[in-house]
Amino acid sequence: MKLKGWKDLTPGSVILEGGNAVQFKTGSWRAFRPVWKKENCIHCLFCWIYCPDMAVNVKDGKMMDFNYDYCKGCGICALECPGKKGQTAIEMVEEGK
Amino acid sequence: MAKVVAVTGNEACANALRQVNPDVCGVYPITPQTDMMQKYASYVSNGKVDTEIILVESEHSSMSACIGAAAAGGRVVTATSSQGLALMWEMLHIASGDRLPIIMPVVNRALSAPLNIHGDHSDAMGARDTGWVQLWSENAQDAYDNTIQAFRIGEHMDIRLPVMVCLDGFIISHSIERMEYLEDEEVKGFVGEYKNFLPLLDLDKPKSYGPLILPDLFHEYKKAQHEVMLKVKDVVLKVAADFEKLSGRKYGLFESYRLDDADIALVILNSAAGTTTDIVDGFRARGIKAGLLKPRLFRPFPYDEVAEALGKVKAVCVMDRSDSFGGYGPVFMEISSALYPLQERPVLINRIYGLGGRDYLPEHGEAVLNELDEIAKGGKVEKYKEYIGVRE
Ligand code: SF4
Ligand code: SF4
Repeated sequence: MKLKGWKDLTPGSVILEGGNAVQFKTGSWRAFRPVWKKENCIHCLFCWIYCPDMAVNVKDGKMMDFNYDYCKGCGICALECPGKKGQTAIEMVEEGK
Repeated sequence: MAKVVAVTGNEACANALRQVNPDVCGVYPITPQTDMMQKYASYVSNGKVDTEIILVESEHSSMSACIGAAAAGGRVVTATSSQGLALMWEMLHIASGDRLPIIMPVVNRALSAPLNIHGDHSDAMGARDTGWVQLWSENAQDAYDNTIQAFRIGEHMDIRLPVMVCLDGFIISHSIERMEYLEDEEVKGFVGEYKNFLPLLDLDKPKSYGPLILPDLFHEYKKAQHEVMLKVKDVVLKVAADFEKLSGRKYGLFESYRLDDADIALVILNSAAGTTTDIVDGFRARGIKAGLLKPRLFRPFPYDEVAEALGKVKAVCVMDRSDSFGGYGPVFMEISSALYPLQERPVLINRIYGLGGRDYLPEHGEAVLNELDEIAKGGKVEKYKEYIGVRE
C-alpha cells in the first residue's frame, strides 16, 4: 500500500469510514490467548458483548470461536464468562505454551 | 449604528460572544476565571443567548468539553486566564490537532510561582506552540473586534483552527474605557451561520476523531498543520478588510506607528503599546525619529511583513512582558528570526518589563528609546537582554 503524503490527509486526522478497525489487526499484541471450552459454554454471549475488539465470532446467537487476528489477549472475556456450573468456558493460556 | 459604551475589556468580550450566540460554552467557573464568563453566564441565565453552558471541574475539563462539542458540530467558545490556560495545555494541542475552531478570549496574567494574579503575558506565551492562532489586543475595542473577527478566521473552511484572543489582565480586562459596540444584527451578519466540517453528529456518515497515528503518518499530519497555519495570514487580512467595511476600524497583521522613517523603534504587545505611542510622540517632538510596532497576529507570525516594516530602522528594542528564563523573551525571538535573513538589519535588543502587573511607566519606554538613540548613533550595546523597571 502506498502511504499518503501530507496533502492527501483528512484535516484533523478524522477517520471518515465507519468500522475501519477491521483494517487494523491487533492479534500480534497478545501475550495470553483465550481458549474456548465449548463444553462449558452456555452461549450467554457475555464474551461477545464485553470484547473491546471484534474477536468473538457469533452465528445464529451462538458463540462459535475466537478470531485471533483481532484478539489482543486482554482477558476481559475470561473474567466475564460465567461458564456452566462454575466451570469457566474461557481459559487464558500463555502464548507459546 | 455603532453604540458608544463605557465597559471593561471583560464585558466587551462577553458582549461579543453574546452577539455571536454560540452553541456551547464549556467553562470553569472559579478563579483564575475572570468575570468575563460570569457576565456570559448571566446572559445564558437571562435567556439572552441559546448557548448551552457546561460548568466543569477544571480548565482541562472545560477545554475537553469544548473539544467534544466542537467535534460534534457546534460553534464553541470558552475563556480563561493564567493558571487556567496552563491547566488546559494538553487539550489545547488536541483542539488544534483535531482542527476545531474553538474561540477563546485569554485574559493575560502571570503564572505561579510566586502566586501573583496580575497582568503579564506568561500564560499565552506558554501556549505559543499549541497550534492555536493568537490575536493580541491593545484595549477593550481591540479585544471586542478581535473576538468577533476570530470566528471568521478560525471557522474559515481553509483554516478550521482554534483562536485565542489575548488581552491584558486587569489593565484591560477590569478597567472601564470608552469603546464602540456593533449592532447585534451586524455581528450576526458578519460572522454568519456556523458551517460544519466533519461533524460527529452527522449520524449518516459515522466518523472517528482522535485516532492513533504512528510514525508512518504522524510527521505528515504535523506538516499539514504547519501548512494550514501559513494560510491564516491571508484570511486574517481578508476578514480585517470586511470588518473595516462594517466598523470603519482598520486591522492588519500588526500596527505600525510612525515607523516609515524611524531610526529607532520599540516592538511592544498589547496595552503597553498605548502608552508607548505617547512616548514616541514626545521623542518625535524633540526631533528624534522614533516609531513603534505592535504585533497583532502572533501565531502564525508574519515574518516577512515584520522584516519589511523594521528592516530600515537602525536600532530596535523588543519589549517582552514575559520571559523565557535563560533565553530571550518570546517576542524578541520572533523579531530576531524575522530580521536575520536581511542583509542589513537593525541592532536588536531585548528588555523585559512589567512582569506580574508591574506598571509600565512612560519613563521606562523613554529610557529604552534614549538607549536606542545612543546605539543608533554608533554607541555600544551594553547588554542585549536586560530587565527594566527592576530594583537592584
Ligand atoms: S461468556 Fe462464556 S459462556 Fe458466555 S458465550 Fe462466551 S464463552 Fe460461552
Ligand atoms: S481476550 Fe480480550 S480481545 Fe481477546 S477475545 Fe477476549 S475480550 Fe476479546
